[in-house]
Amino acid sequence: MLSAPDVTQVLEAFWRGSLGTSSALISGTLVRAVPLMLVGVGTAIAFRAGVFNIGGEGQLLMGGVAATVVGLQWAHALGPGAVVASLIAGAVAGAAWAGIAGILRSRFGVLEVITTIMLNFVAANLVSYAVRGPLQEPTHIYPQTETIAPNARLPLLMSETRLHVGIIVALVIAVSAWWMMTRTAVGFRMRAVGTSPTAARSSGRVDVAAVSMTALMLSGALAGLAGGIEVTGVTYALYENLSPGYGFSAIAVAILARLNPVAVIATAVFFATLETGALGMQRDAGVPSVVATALEAVVILVVIGIAGGSWERVARTRDVAAAHD
Amino acid sequence: MSAALVAEAPSALELRGINKRFGDVVALADAELVVRRGTVHAVLGENGAGKSTLMRIAFGLERADSGRILIDGATMHGGSVQESARAGVGMVHQHLSLVGNFTIAENLELGGHGRFSPAATRERLSRLSEESGLRVPFDAMVRDLSIVEQQRLEILKALSLGARVLILDEPTAVLAPTDVSELLAWIRAFVSSGGTVVLVTHKLREALAVADEVTVLRRGRVVLSAAAGATDETRLAASIFSDAAPTLSPPSTFSATSTTAAVFEAADVSVIDAGGVTRVHSANVIVRRGEILGVAAVDGSGHRELLQVMAALRRPDRGVVRGASRIAFIPADRARDAIIGEFTLTENVALHGLGARRGVMPWTSLMAHTAGLITRFGVVASSAKAQMRTLSGGNQQRVVVARELAHEVDLVVADNPTRGLDLKATTFVHEQLRRAARNGAGVVVHSSDLDEVLALATRVVVVFHGAVLDAPLDRDAIGKAMLGATAA
Repeated sequence: MLSAPDVTQVLEAFWRGSLGTSSALISGTLVRAVPLMLVGVGTAIAFRAGVFNIGGEGQLLMGGVAATVVGLQWAHALGPGAVVASLIAGAVAGAAWAGIAGILRSRFGVLEVITTIMLNFVAANLVSYAVRGPLQEPTHIYPQTETIAPNARLPLLMSETRLHVGIIVALVIAVSAWWMMTRTAVGFRMRAVGTSPTAARSSGRVDVAAVSMTALMLSGALAGLAGGIEVTGVTYALYENLSPGYGFSAIAVAILARLNPVAVIATAVFFATLETGALGMQRDAGVPSVVATALEAVVILVVIGIAGGSWERVARTRDVAAAHD
Repeated sequence: MSAALVAEAPSALELRGINKRFGDVVALADAELVVRRGTVHAVLGENGAGKSTLMRIAFGLERADSGRILIDGATMHGGSVQESARAGVGMVHQHLSLVGNFTIAENLELGGHGRFSPAATRERLSRLSEESGLRVPFDAMVRDLSIVEQQRLEILKALSLGARVLILDEPTAVLAPTDVSELLAWIRAFVSSGGTVVLVTHKLREALAVADEVTVLRRGRVVLSAAAGATDETRLAASIFSDAAPTLSPPSTFSATSTTAAVFEAADVSVIDAGGVTRVHSANVIVRRGEILGVAAVDGSGHRELLQVMAALRRPDRGVVRGASRIAFIPADRARDAIIGEFTLTENVALHGLGARRGVMPWTSLMAHTAGLITRFGVVASSAKAQMRTLSGGNQQRVVVARELAHEVDLVVADNPTRGLDLKATTFVHEQLRRAARNGAGVVVHSSDLDEVLALATRVVVVFHGAVLDAPLDRDAIGKAMLGATAA
């Protein structure tokens, strides 16, 4: 049983691991917030458009694979453009991976909720295969790739930390996404389709299928970009455990933000805090990792419960969309 | 059954002095219906006349405010489907309620008790199918069945629950003509073997062809109850429609000549729905500038599909369509197709032409435009930022009409534009449609209320069973044509 001093110790460990020291905050929590922010913004866009992309994890992994390939194979030829090329490759791969689910939906009417989840497993297995087969490091000992060339790596934002410029990219994208959804025709179309596909079609003459596809691929692109940024900014190589479930946490991130891309910035940092804090508890207070993970899950359930209203709205839209497909 | 025998047969279903209100709306007022055993009883009436409500009360889906229900002479408590099913009443709804991903046997046992044995059910089903003459492919999934087969399955379902009184709610609305005659033949065979059928329909010819007795409802009251042999199409049509509503506004007078430019032209147009049924058959329609073309039709006639083609929301499966590009469309189902309740008025106005919009949304000018529409069209709303769902139905419709007619348009397509509106809002919508025609647009209006069509139209076409026919501006003639009666 936990006694009072233990509890204090555990909480202290959480604090030290997440926000309590500048290195935990900058090199831990903020670095971890970047992929959550990017995938979270993508998820928010998709959900707003009534598209249930649950495949952020797989799209992120495919983005990581593509960025790694560019970073390994063409970094030399690309010179200073290698980073940008890697990130673009990541985004394209994420969009394409999401596009598979989009085609399955428009061609065969398979719900994207199902296909995007399934594609997560396919992507995870593809990564396992890649790091043991075609992309494995030359000694063939470790299940990972060689590290990418220095010119294919994202520059650090602050020296002596692990914080890279990816966080600037994520912040700019979150604000841009908010602007797109509220101020542009593309964004308004997505919101209209997500809220009432029938009214969008009959009264706005909107091509509902095309808008859904765009939203799905855009959210896939952002997840793929997140994967590319992880490889070029954090790991410098492809591993099986490139993502500790960023794609899944990002769904909670988006929902807690009530699908508002700017609010995603805050909720992403919040979830990153939870995760780094849990790791700190495990490391410094000996809390078993399963307990830490369970605790994290409880917090997620509570916040989703609090934000439940937005889920309901989302589910209602879903029913309307399905009824008129 | 001969008329004398019909009158003597004991009643299978009796509804006595049924009253039902929904809020302020009187759905049924002292409605009476006596259906005798071994007969077909047709129940006729306009949309909203109370047919479906009466049937739902008979089947126990709805509880009457007052009145008595007797089945085979025994008084029912009412309001319970289980009770009426036990007493031998079954109902097949207009919108079939089967589970597509279930097999036929599984669908048949929905709502059953205890163990489900597919083999036993199949056995029972094949015996039932044999006895009743309703054939269905037993091993198919329901989603693979045609509409006709699904309907047969619905009837089998009712029979398997022991129904001897079948209520069929507009069973022919979804069927092709050959399937209709097959169904009617089956109905006759069923009653001659001792069953009883209540047939709710819009179609006079059908009613007269198959029924022994006919009851007509109008505005919740029974206005005619007679033996089928003692009446005819003309009298039925008159009693269905005759209670002419007070004219809301003087009828339109403009008459377009053949030299006026056409804004819509359909040549030999056919529309086939997802189920393979032809909804519009080789239609030829022209809409000219300045005229208001009234489209008269009863539900399920194919007019909805025709209006969608006119509004350029649907491509015809055959034939050629030429039309203007500036189209205003006022859909029948406002909540579903015309507005987004969670959006602001400005956003709802911005839906217009959204599909083709590029770049940045000009929200500031859209907001000013919406505020202008609110004033010009007399919408009662706190501001252009108010949520659409906070408005009353009449004000929502004002916003829709304002949005669609604020710009210069060539063609206006309005489907039941005043459904659910009060007199003031109705008059307003009518004025706007007339004004659009005066300004040179071609206007097409369909209304379930024939009086509304007549009040607005300068010319009328009737859609019946997918065929589009010219009709004179004459109430009785149009009423008869809508119900498929031969022109006298």
